[in-house]
Amino acid sequence: MMAPLLRSLARVGRLLPRYSTANCPIRLLSTTKPLRSPISSILEFDEDVEMFRSVVSRFNADVVAPRVEKMDEEEHIDPIIISSLFETGLMAVETPEEYGGAGASFTAAVAIVEELAKCDPSVSVLNDVHNTLVNTCVRKWGSDYIKETYLPSLSTSKLGAFALSEPSAGSDAFALRTRARKLSDGDFVIEGGKMWITNGAEAEIFVVFANAEPEKGYRGITAFVVEKPWGVNVVKKEKKLGIRASSTAVLSFDEVHVPKENVLGVYGQGYKIAIECLNEGRIGIAAQMTGLAQGAFDRAVSYAFNDRQQFGKYIGEFQGMQFQIAQVASEIEAARLLLYNAARIKEAGGQFVKEAAMAKLIASQVAEKTASRAVEWMGGVGFTRDEKVEKFYRDAKIGAIYEGTSNIQLQTIAKLIQKEYT
Amino acid sequence: MWSSKNSVHVFGSPTSSRPTTCQLFRPPLQQQYVVITILAMPPRLNIVVPIKRVIDFAIKPRINQTKNVIETNGVKFSLNPFCEIAVEEAVRLRESSKDLVESITLVSAGSAKIQDTLRAGLALGADKATLIDIPAIDDSRSLELEPLAVAKLLKAFVEKSNANLVIMGKQAIDDDSNQTGQMLAGLLNWSQATNASKVTVDEASGVVTVAREIDGGTETLSAPLPLVITTDLRLNTPRYTKLQDIMKAKKKKTEKITPEDLGVDITPRLEIVSLSEPAKRTGGGKVDSVDALIGKLKGAGAI
Repeated sequence: MMAPLLRSLARVGRLLPRYSTANCPIRLLSTTKPLRSPISSILEFDEDVEMFRSVVSRFNADVVAPRVEKMDEEEHIDPIIISSLFETGLMAVETPEEYGGAGASFTAAVAIVEELAKCDPSVSVLNDVHNTLVNTCVRKWGSDYIKETYLPSLSTSKLGAFALSEPSAGSDAFALRTRARKLSDGDFVIEGGKMWITNGAEAEIFVVFANAEPEKGYRGITAFVVEKPWGVNVVKKEKKLGIRASSTAVLSFDEVHVPKENVLGVYGQGYKIAIECLNEGRIGIAAQMTGLAQGAFDRAVSYAFNDRQQFGKYIGEFQGMQFQIAQVASEIEAARLLLYNAARIKEAGGQFVKEAAMAKLIASQVAEKTASRAVEWMGGVGFTRDEKVEKFYRDAKIGAIYEGTSNIQLQTIAKLIQKEYT
Repeated sequence: MWSSKNSVHVFGSPTSSRPTTCQLFRPPLQQQYVVITILAMPPRLNIVVPIKRVIDFAIKPRINQTKNVIETNGVKFSLNPFCEIAVEEAVRLRESSKDLVESITLVSAGSAKIQDTLRAGLALGADKATLIDIPAIDDSRSLELEPLAVAKLLKAFVEKSNANLVIMGKQAIDDDSNQTGQMLAGLLNWSQATNASKVTVDEASGVVTVAREIDGGTETLSAPLPLVITTDLRLNTPRYTKLQDIMKAKKKKTEKITPEDLGVDITPRLEIVSLSEPAKRTGGGKVDSVDALIGKLKGAGAI
């Protein structure tokens, strides 16, 4: 008599989702520093981060804002912005103090990317790639020699770029064909071409992924630190729909001689570096997209409530507008929470791949929708270039494409969910 | 080398750091002359920079009608812009000449939240900071700490810390009092140069020359140390704080003292009766001729 009962209980038990430690709620709120008050909000940051935000917001107003339009029209980042970013220490957020950095946290770096994007997403991505991809790679996988040779100049004057993608290797990054031929003395010669490289035109230090043993497939991929004078050629700068000021370059490596000391990490394990870097980079892009959404929102909503009147009242007072504004604001808040949740989990050393993918996926979608609405809320004026909101609409599109397309994010999330349920 | 019978030691004013020595020669025969040899070190500046935490300049303040105070919940606070200029000026004095400035000490009064503001000042280049801890004066009650009380606290602190120069903002952007610097100079019995737009220190003599922006134009004053200077907007443009300096500021010394330690009574003497926003601007009108303009002005009683 008990047997059928037990069988049905067992059947029900199998249907209940199994909670892995990855879903433990306590971990969501863990940070490396205790929050100032008993857990109030995931968006409560420590003083370092808040002070950095003030520095960036002033930097935006004084240095970036006057130049945004011109940089977009000319498709070129003003060198003054790059040098000012270095001078203020914004290009070495996590780098330890002995190498000239600020020695701050990952959350601080992410907050800076978000804050920069509120003013210009092109400047934000320049900072993001340099900080969260290049600096991180060198810091985590660099030998002492590489760290001592490159971190100081990466902190003070030399821009970095992350050279992984190729014409035939985008989402399928490990199908890359750039070769690293090993010489008898242990040095390498890199030959091949890279495409879609952010900062490609201005960078002087490149993290390059090349395959040293193609017969082993992806297990031959090795990461190298390459200096521009060794033979990195900028073949072309792409003309783009958005983030036009950010250089997206086609690079060619023509018999570039790289000393063996410049192998980053372990020979043949470049694929691991690529995967880990990209997982972290997703959080950076989520930050850029969240900042973009907020910047567009701030511009348009301020206009709707303070500047534009029709039919005797401010357009922001019409219920139709109010409902749209409330909806978009809620979505931006959700994107921001996903962003900082992923950032904190990563900082605390937990498993963050699913959360990072979710953050990037949602942030890019929210950015696109917000920017689109923002142009509408500003009406005809929003459609003109003078009013500085249509640029956000164009800039938002790349969010769903680079550092892992939305389809790749969905696939990553789905596979992790599948693991939880089987 | 000089015999004690013939030399006279004269100690200079309390702010100079070395005694000066006069020596009288009395040669035995006809001529008598006096040679005064002054051995003095150029004065080193021991600067105190009082600062204030205020609602960020970019934010529009709102009034909390029920409590008759400015709404401070969730509002962003920053270092008062004139105070930032004061810290920057002190740091620039240090950079202008080696050994001119001995130390730059920040001081501020209020609740523990001021630590953040002090840190911002330390990140700009000050050496150390003191918080005069008054837990009751939190952000919403900052108006209860009046300029005279602050001036008394600062007088006690400045005397304790052996400073010879105070550089401070001319006013805070929340109450716009423009009183504290002047009161402090009066209490200390020091010279004062307010609304400074340029400061130059003559290292040899310790005389400070200050250009002041006044209604009629620019007035130039000079005074020996000790001195209170209050800064005006055009004195300098503060540098961007580097992230590295913000992190280093965490390691700089901050001490906490209380008004009791300084022996000062800070009880307010003023009572805020009411707070209200300025009346909203009502629309004007347009006229299309000079005669019409004159008519309107006469009608409004302006001419």
